Amino acid sequence: METAEKTLDEILTLAANHFKVPREKLSPDADFFKALGIDSLQTLDLLTRLENHFHVELPDYELQGVNDFRTLAAKIQARL
Amino acid sequence: MNHFSGDALSWELKSGVIELALHRPPCNEIGSVALGELEKFVGSLDDLEHQASVLIIHSQLQCGFSAGADLRELYERSQAMEKSAAIRGVRDFLERIHHVLNRIDESPLTTIAAVHGVVFGGGFELALACDLMIADKMVRFCFPELRLGLIPGFGGIPRLKRDLGNAVVRDLLLTGRSFNATKAQQIGLVSQVVAEGESLRAARATSVQLAKFDRHTAATAKKFIKPVPHDELRQEIDLFCELFTRPAVEAGLKKFVESTDAQPYLP
Repeated sequence: METAEKTLDEILTLAANHFKVPREKLSPDADFFKALGIDSLQTLDLLTRLENHFHVELPDYELQGVNDFRTLAAKIQARL
Repeated sequence: MNHFSGDALSWELKSGVIELALHRPPCNEIGSVALGELEKFVGSLDDLEHQASVLIIHSQLQCGFSAGADLRELYERSQAMEKSAAIRGVRDFLERIHHVLNRIDESPLTTIAAVHGVVFGGGFELALACDLMIADKMVRFCFPELRLGLIPGFGGIPRLKRDLGNAVVRDLLLTGRSFNATKAQQIGLVSQVVAEGESLRAARATSVQLAKFDRHTAATAKKFIKPVPHDELRQEIDLFCELFTRPAVEAGLKKFVESTDAQPYLP
């Protein structure tokens, strides 16, 4: 079982690598839409990458209103 | 016509395989232009079917296979006319797209949807008309129509019911949630999941295998195991048009068209 901190770290690394944003510029409490500069299609892309990486299902309605990496990590952690 | 290049799609017949490529930005929305070219395609099918064994439908756009019906066009056109005329226009569009998808569905060719990225609404319904679905691992399926106060209108529910268990259909339809390739394979929707960007290559490899079989036998098998649910498809058009008269639809379309939200597909 992954710890919450490890989950958060993996999310930040995955997002930084895929959207080509320096890892150090992404903070756990940052608004990921703004930090990554992503639109609706890229949000879906991120969701799919996270599901594939963690082998979980994330119903998109559960993520409604979620916009920071820390809360996103908690949602994923709850399904690991 | 063995090849065609249009604004929304192109097709080419080569070595017994027809490849139909979708390529209308932003994400292959199916509006009047795409419908007209799809009609042109099915109008050529009688001739093409004598020369081919396989049809592959895929997208050339990075965003995905198709984001579905062109909701912006639907909203703008319905705003520009009387309600009764708008409903007649919607019914006419549905009759035409059903004709196209039924024709693809019952083609004697073996048909493959090679999908990636967004496969939403009407795009999902186009893929469901095909015999096999090959998905790359970044695919995302969704029937988001309920957020607009509508049901899928391009044959989605009858075809999903034909292929999957009713409980799964209820989940996908009533929650409107999107789901990935792993889930799609678990529920039996896609036959192969391949690496990112590899769905067309995998579809071509599959077409080589399919072309080895006697065409009459393959067509007979297909006709036996994949009946087109005509009665339910007719019911779907009626239900869609009935729902389209309700104020919730106009509000839902307006909200979607005017949205700047990063997740506009969510209700």
